[in-house]
Amino acid sequence: MAKCLTYMWVRRAVIRLLKSLLVAAALLVGISAIAQQQYPDIGRAATPAEVKAWDIDVRPDFKGLPPGSGSVAVGQQIWEAKCESCHGTFGESNEVFTPIAGGTTKADMETGRVASLRRPDFPQRSTLMKLSQLSSLWDYINRAMPWNAPKSLTTDEVYAVTAYILNLGDIIPSDFVLSDKNIAEVQARLPNRNGLVKFMPMWDVRGKGDVSNTACMTNCATEVTLSSTMPDHARNAHGNIAEQNRLVGPVRGADTTKPPPLAMAVAREVPIAAPAPAKAVTGAELARKSTCVACHVANRKLVGPSYADIAKKYAGDSSAVAKLMDKVRKGGAGVWGVIPMPPHPEMTDADIKMLVEWSLQGGK
Amino acid sequence: MSQRPSSGRIIKAPENFLSPAMIAEVQRGRRDFLRGAFASAITGATATVASRAVAQSTSLGDPNILELPEHTKGLGQPVAATPYGMPSKYEANLQRRESPGLTRVSAASVSFCPLQGLFGIITPSGLHFERHHQGWWDIDPTKHRFMINGLVKKAKVYTMDDLMRLPSVSRMHFIECGANTGMEWGNVAVPTVQYTHGMLSCCEFTGVPLSVLLEDCGFDKLKGKYILAEGADGSSMTRSISIERALDDCFVAYAMNGEMLRPENGYPLRLVAPGIQGVSWVKWLRRLEVGDKPYATKDETLHYIDLMPDGTHRQYTSIQECKSVITTPSGGQTLMDRGYYNVSGLAWSGRGRVKRVDVSFDGGRNWKTAKLESPVLSKCLTRFSIGFNWDGSPAILQSRAIDETGYVQPQMRQLRQVRGTRSIYHNNAIQSWKLDTNGEVSNVHVG
Ligand code: HEC
Ligand code: HEC
Repeated sequence: MAKCLTYMWVRRAVIRLLKSLLVAAALLVGISAIAQQQYPDIGRAATPAEVKAWDIDVRPDFKGLPPGSGSVAVGQQIWEAKCESCHGTFGESNEVFTPIAGGTTKADMETGRVASLRRPDFPQRSTLMKLSQLSSLWDYINRAMPWNAPKSLTTDEVYAVTAYILNLGDIIPSDFVLSDKNIAEVQARLPNRNGLVKFMPMWDVRGKGDVSNTACMTNCATEVTLSSTMPDHARNAHGNIAEQNRLVGPVRGADTTKPPPLAMAVAREVPIAAPAPAKAVTGAELARKSTCVACHVANRKLVGPSYADIAKKYAGDSSAVAKLMDKVRKGGAGVWGVIPMPPHPEMTDADIKMLVEWSLQGGK
Repeated sequence: MSQRPSSGRIIKAPENFLSPAMIAEVQRGRRDFLRGAFASAITGATATVASRAVAQSTSLGDPNILELPEHTKGLGQPVAATPYGMPSKYEANLQRRESPGLTRVSAASVSFCPLQGLFGIITPSGLHFERHHQGWWDIDPTKHRFMINGLVKKAKVYTMDDLMRLPSVSRMHFIECGANTGMEWGNVAVPTVQYTHGMLSCCEFTGVPLSVLLEDCGFDKLKGKYILAEGADGSSMTRSISIERALDDCFVAYAMNGEMLRPENGYPLRLVAPGIQGVSWVKWLRRLEVGDKPYATKDETLHYIDLMPDGTHRQYTSIQECKSVITTPSGGQTLMDRGYYNVSGLAWSGRGRVKRVDVSFDGGRNWKTAKLESPVLSKCLTRFSIGFNWDGSPAILQSRAIDETGYVQPQMRQLRQVRGTRSIYHNNAIQSWKLDTNGEVSNVHVG
């Protein structure tokens, strides 16, 4: 019995100590204290089927790659039906999209480095020139292509069209059947498999980067030369810059529809670009913006009659529009009571017409 | 051409514009007469002259003061006339814009933020830059689900209701696309700061720290080294993030600038990965997976890789290094006169706080330290400013930021020496704006 009590006392003391240690630890780690918690009543367990439906990523070691296979021949059919319209028959697609194939050689397949990537004059960078991990191409097509109908291909179709692309680059022969079993072997043939460098200095937030400058303050550059300027013919290539700047402030956008002014006195006359014309408004918008709202609402008499009552009164009256336009413009009393409606001389005929027609529809 | 006077300055009327008799009439208070006089004075003149004439006014003063405007004398609009408020119609020039010819299809493209007209550090939600790979969607938040799986004790699914019950943080951070300023690697390509630097925005985001979520799922603290984030759109954007970054300051955000995220920015859920390039801030976020290796996803192997002069590509270049740019005045803008200007711009670093910004007016020969406006926050835009008395002579304006790690924003030349001109991504070079004698500012590279 005594032994048991002692045991319980020790146990309680230990628990108390642990608790206070925990509190201290929680205080020490500050913000992460809130993280040291689970919220069993928030969220729920994912079912295996749900995880399967969404977890489609494939890693470079092919973890996540579903079993399946597809031939170059079948891939060509899929390509012609579902990819060619955007990427071209042979993946050349130089008109619209970046090319899928091209720029790689047999020699590249030996070295695993695409030589044309070293050439600044080489016009395009095709997918196969860049491709260092076959998993990425498979995953790209599986998750995102065809671009306008992503995730519409079956697993075998993805294998097949991937095989076709690889065949376009002479990486695999025309009778090849690509599958989860042989994909690692094909990986070992990729022309640019050794061309990608994990660059840690810009991955780690504590990294130092690779380019440095000094904070020189005086007489830093001996000579200041302009190495590149905007070509004259491109002055207006991004539209009129005057229309892309504010109407007030210390500066205006330059009027790029004209050549640069010769001197500042001229620059001072830079016209202000008016904001883009407002788009067509509806009767309801116009009524909200006009003073009408002060005296009229849809279903209730305010100072003036409701729009519903106006609509009812003039239903079927073909001369109502002209009559009421005149009334709104000039104002007047007597039809609905003694209170007059003020005149609206500042409003355009078009606006009044829109408002009257809208009133005659009961303000709807 | 607009009829509005081009400035509020009163420019003296040319002599003989009003006869002494007319002036006498005006001084007697005959405003109607004045109007008539203008009407006759401008008959037959061009629109430009007309607007100048009005602006020129008389010795009495500015007609914008003397003639009370409609808004002073009439009834204004009621409350809730626009239930969701919009900017003034006079601000319509400041919009997100595409750069002509940059991309081939608008659903896999960029719209640039009009930095040339923004103030402070917060980007208005409607002007936040956009970059989509397969178009944007407005997703029903009641149907949106968020899953965590992989190296966790319990793979979990959360609804938006669930996420919005959890402890949250609100933080201000910049987001910059890795390809920002990418068009400028080789030569001057675009005219204004909107196009040179407009894949940059900064907002206050609200959401749940990844540390809370990962803990809630019991992630594997020994084996779990990477997180994969995945979007729910057609491109199902996937990006790897190191677990240290994830636990440090990443969070899943549902709100931006006090309202829910805008659809173009990932409504109802996106990842916020402070300091890391925008592509990693996966929009329409549907899933996080905990793994022991990086994923080399499509946007880590075929896009967002930096081509070096030796023909290799750098992968996982995530951090947006320290950078700055002068926004007022900037390319395509025109100074209206000599005299005082408050030159101002933005500075930021993906590695922490901005410590200092220096500004040069002579193309980098001499520098002066600018004033930093508060707040100066980690991985957030910082506004800097410095006074400038322009005497009308040509100048080249530059800004150079230094962050708390001591890193100094490099010159274009220094970047090119190491990285060549074909890397597309991560151009954080010092920007040069040339100010001409005619007041025009243009984009230039200094050799
Ligand atoms: C409607 C046009 C369209 C169709 C059809 C289409 N694609 Fe694409 N594809 C694109 C666009 C646009 C991109 C670039 C997407 C981006 O920027 O994120 C692309 C990118 C790709 C890439 C990566 C290119 C690179 O940058 O290296 C591959 C590979 C690809 N598509 C394969 C396919 C395959 C296979 C099919 C048929 C199953 C297909 N595409 C159908 C438009 C299309
Ligand atoms: C200051 C209050 C006031 C404002 C503002 C006002 N109204 Fe009226 N409105 C009235 C009154 C009062 C009447 C009834 C006049 C009468 O009895 O003849 C009326 C009548 C009308 C009628 C019916 C006229 C008839 O002869 O049957 C129409 C249509 C109408 N208003 C439209 C408008 C529109 C459109 C606007 C905005 C441009 C507007 N009102 C602004 C007070 C106002």
